[in-house]
Amino acid sequence: MEHKEINLNLKVWRQKNAQDSGHFETYKAENISTEMSFLEMFDVLNEKLINEGQDPIAFDHDCREGICGMCSMHINGRAHGPWEGTTTCQLHMRAFTDGQTVTVEPWRAKAFPVLKDLVVDRSAFDRIQQAGGYVSVNTGNAQDGNALPIDKAMADASFDAAMCIGCGACVAACKNSSAMLFTSAKVSQYALLPQGQAERKTRVLNMVAQMDKEGFGACTNTGACEAECPKQISLSNIARLNREYLNAQMSL
Amino acid sequence: MINNRVPSGELAQKWSTYKSTCKLVNPANKRSIDIIVVGTGLAGASAAATLAELGYSVKTFCFQDSGRRAHSIAAQGGINAAKNYQNDGDSVYRLFYDTIKGGDYRAREANVHRLAEVSGNIIDQCVAQGVPFAREYGGLLSNRSFGGTQVQRTFYAAGQTGQQLLLGAYSAQMRQVALGKIIEHNRHEMLDVVVIDGKARGIIARNLVTGQIERHGAHAVLLCTGGYGNVFFLSTNAMGSNVTAAWKAHKKGAFFGNPCFTQIHPTCIPVSGDHQSKLTLMSESLRNDGRIWVPKKQGDNRKAVDIPEEERDYYLERRYPAFGNLVPRDVASRAAKERCDAGYGVGNSKMAVYLDFAAAIIRYGKTECTKTGIANADQATIIKLGKEVVKEKYGNLFDMYEKITGENPYEMPMRIYPAVHYTMGGLWVDYELMTTVPGLYALGEANFSDHGANRLGASALMQGLADGYFVIPYTIGNYLADEIRTPKIDTNQREFVEAEKAVTDRINHFINVKGKHSVDYFHKQLGKIMWDKCGMARNEKGLKEAIQEIRALRDEFWRDVKVPGGANELNPELDKAGRVADFLELGELMCIDALNRNESCGGHFREEFQTEDGEAMRMDENYMYVAAWENKGNNEWNLNKEDLIYDVIHPSQRNYK
Amino acid sequence: MTWKEYFTSSIGKKFVMALTGISLILFLIVHSTVNGMIFFNDNGETFNFYAHFLSHNWLMRLAELGLFVGLILHIIQGLMLWAQNNAKRPVKYAVNPGNATSAWYSRSMGLLGSLLLIFLVVHLSHFWWGTKVSLYASGHEGHNLYEEMKNAFQIPWVVVVYLLGVIALCWHLIHGFSSAFQTLGINSPKYNPIIKTLGIAYSLIVCLAFAMMPLAFYFGWIS
Repeated sequence: MEHKEINLNLKVWRQKNAQDSGHFETYKAENISTEMSFLEMFDVLNEKLINEGQDPIAFDHDCREGICGMCSMHINGRAHGPWEGTTTCQLHMRAFTDGQTVTVEPWRAKAFPVLKDLVVDRSAFDRIQQAGGYVSVNTGNAQDGNALPIDKAMADASFDAAMCIGCGACVAACKNSSAMLFTSAKVSQYALLPQGQAERKTRVLNMVAQMDKEGFGACTNTGACEAECPKQISLSNIARLNREYLNAQMSL
Repeated sequence: MINNRVPSGELAQKWSTYKSTCKLVNPANKRSIDIIVVGTGLAGASAAATLAELGYSVKTFCFQDSGRRAHSIAAQGGINAAKNYQNDGDSVYRLFYDTIKGGDYRAREANVHRLAEVSGNIIDQCVAQGVPFAREYGGLLSNRSFGGTQVQRTFYAAGQTGQQLLLGAYSAQMRQVALGKIIEHNRHEMLDVVVIDGKARGIIARNLVTGQIERHGAHAVLLCTGGYGNVFFLSTNAMGSNVTAAWKAHKKGAFFGNPCFTQIHPTCIPVSGDHQSKLTLMSESLRNDGRIWVPKKQGDNRKAVDIPEEERDYYLERRYPAFGNLVPRDVASRAAKERCDAGYGVGNSKMAVYLDFAAAIIRYGKTECTKTGIANADQATIIKLGKEVVKEKYGNLFDMYEKITGENPYEMPMRIYPAVHYTMGGLWVDYELMTTVPGLYALGEANFSDHGANRLGASALMQGLADGYFVIPYTIGNYLADEIRTPKIDTNQREFVEAEKAVTDRINHFINVKGKHSVDYFHKQLGKIMWDKCGMARNEKGLKEAIQEIRALRDEFWRDVKVPGGANELNPELDKAGRVADFLELGELMCIDALNRNESCGGHFREEFQTEDGEAMRMDENYMYVAAWENKGNNEWNLNKEDLIYDVIHPSQRNYK
Repeated sequence: MTWKEYFTSSIGKKFVMALTGISLILFLIVHSTVNGMIFFNDNGETFNFYAHFLSHNWLMRLAELGLFVGLILHIIQGLMLWAQNNAKRPVKYAVNPGNATSAWYSRSMGLLGSLLLIFLVVHLSHFWWGTKVSLYASGHEGHNLYEEMKNAFQIPWVVVVYLLGVIALCWHLIHGFSSAFQTLGINSPKYNPIIKTLGIAYSLIVCLAFAMMPLAFYFGWIS
């Protein structure tokens, strides 16, 4: 266990509420163990701020094991920080060097308004899901689980898309604040499974319509979303979304 | 003696008889009945979606920013179901039997049998929703085996089963939101239950963004708010997991069942320092190939690889030669604690043991050499081939370990330590999942019902979804059928006003104390008391001390807590203060319960009650009951007992040797 | 969904960009091939012959019209998307990832496209406007296009402008080529390497051919 203590200069976005215009504030994070997670470093900083009578920094977090999708920091220009395939809560302080300046910003997108400091409102994702991210099957309607064999390759591909944790890093990383990777992951999960076929066309049309309505940008295929996705969801899902959307339009 | 309302008749027929005879609510009446669901994990989301499908008007509440974040999402292993797809002799009875036995005979037979009965329907429902379960090449569902059973009945989606099941339930919930049948209240925290004329009629909730206190009326309230493992501060629970909703219900009259039953999971990544905020689980499956050891010398600071074989103590193999590293969870956990307490722990904190794969790497490497026909292979080749096999089996876990610790587990042994994982205890509920407050229900981990004193792996997901999809839709009708004449609940009633005022006063108190210490300061101290004295091993002296210490800490907390910011803004410290205040009361009750239960069973190990060779000793003649604690106010409790009557299964002492 | 809804959706807009982009890619093949005839070094005879054919064949005229519609759509839609996308992040990041997560040219399609637009104005005013005016005024070119090129590319700043234009075109194409396929939904492990290689090869060959023209005239490699 390589154990070191480092000092950092933190530049953190502070914003009292959605109406406030916000600004950067500089803090010294001292004697930070390299074994800490990035959020634990924030815990330590907040504890210090509370003891000094200052307002602690608000940030979203919950499971701290990389699966709930709640944590959401833009660290030195990178959604979830410098490590690939990693959420902010799984990013550890080993990634930083003594004396480094670290700039922490909230996800920035018109569709993700800042609520306070580093906390943003991602309810747009819920509304995209509400527009069609489901199979309409009431409880009790199901046939036997094995009555419907599914090609393993398709089931695996569907799972790869379904791994999305809805954190919004794709939007945060995209120069257009596009939610195409998120939407395409959900559309792909169902498009690849027989259960999703009945609503396949209306689903994609409605989810894209909602996505546009929420104020996300269009996709420029830069690939930044894929590069920053903590679950490494593939760009091929976006191509599938484009295809599904075109097919739905051509045939309905 | 409290009435558990278990239907009469043969065990296997109880649930079907109940379903065909319970009262129903007609569709037109369902529309005008409001139901509040607090918590949107597996139990909450599945219940909300199903009740909305039936036609009820549902309101959901969760403290996270979206229903999809609930901590059910972090479950890794899988979900059990008695499908017998593997033709290996599984049946509803076997699942029922395994669960009762795994729970060390402290669960209610009728509930567990019902759980086993509906387990198959859960899989069907999830498949229909488009949950991408793992499949075989033939396209059929894949199963794997899990602890405590002899059949393969665990369905899974890689190491993210909880995520996929929750997203399935969440998608069903979102569909009902779109249809206008569910109104969501995210970033809201329930801060009280409103009871009018003895019935639950609504809740008081705080909007965590604006700080506004809201009143919400309903004909029934469902608490699906998970477990209370965070009373220990460090656990595998999410940071926000808390007991507040359940505790408020408890203070409004709901009995709390078996609060001391806590599951400690043996293989977690250990604490690395005072800054630690939570603990991460490493799948139990690692113990199949890893050997657990500590140095024979106390306080040995050498690197693991520098400690020669003869100076290592493979204490599980030494103490349990028959089972070795594969002893049950509670035994493995206690043994690790014993070694570390005695000063043999490793790592910076000295609170860890090694889980070593070197032997497995060599073993697999040699097999590979034989398979590929490499004669007289050198050590480097053997190790190289062995590592490839281990990578294939456990690669993702090894990667996760490396991310967190910065150590390469292929080169040096993993450090592990037990951690609080699940709470079997919870709000006492009857067969209908109703608490002792009429109209107030508890589902999933929030209730106490199905796992007895110890939960088997892959059963938590099963229970959460069984309660939400297949149990509550029937049992709630039996209550609501008599509520169809109750008009929309008026939230201007005195009880709502009073409850709101109490909530507001409490919040204002936290803001105005302006003491010296942060909320976490108190939470960490509480966690330490609980872990040291009400953790893996408990004894009378420690528990008595703990009760005194918790009381003192609680007084100090109310006098000296420091909550920055205001009440009418997004204020995470204020949220935490309310939760920790409740943990400070729950902690005492847990100790009281542990002190009362003069036996060892499942996750509850009283040092005074063990066999000569250190095994748990149950005292069935005195403690074959559910301890249902009634809150008398001022941190005083009255014990009610629900006797556990085993009609079908004959309890016996669990034997691991 | 109506066609209007489709084409005004974020995906529909990109669909227009991809289709018009591909038609322009196809056009550039014809354009570079015909212009490449100057390298026959026959004093522009072959080149002028095909240039004459292109401007007099009614089918080609029709294609030209279609090309212009596509070009204008591509430009207008591109500029609108640029502005719209830009507005989706009202508060910008203080620190940006640079090239760590994406290639600079993929992020700069609007900028590269705008440079190309400026270049296009210069280019059309040089070689297209005059030709068309005289064509419609007198019914024949009255111009020797080859001679015009030769004259224009004696001026150093013109050569520099053209080289810069070609460089912008090259980067624009390298991203645009594969991006068009992605937008049309063509992305699979089987085809991706082919599309990517083809896109880069196409961009380099076409742009190299175009770059050689002003250079060849300027340095007198062709007489």
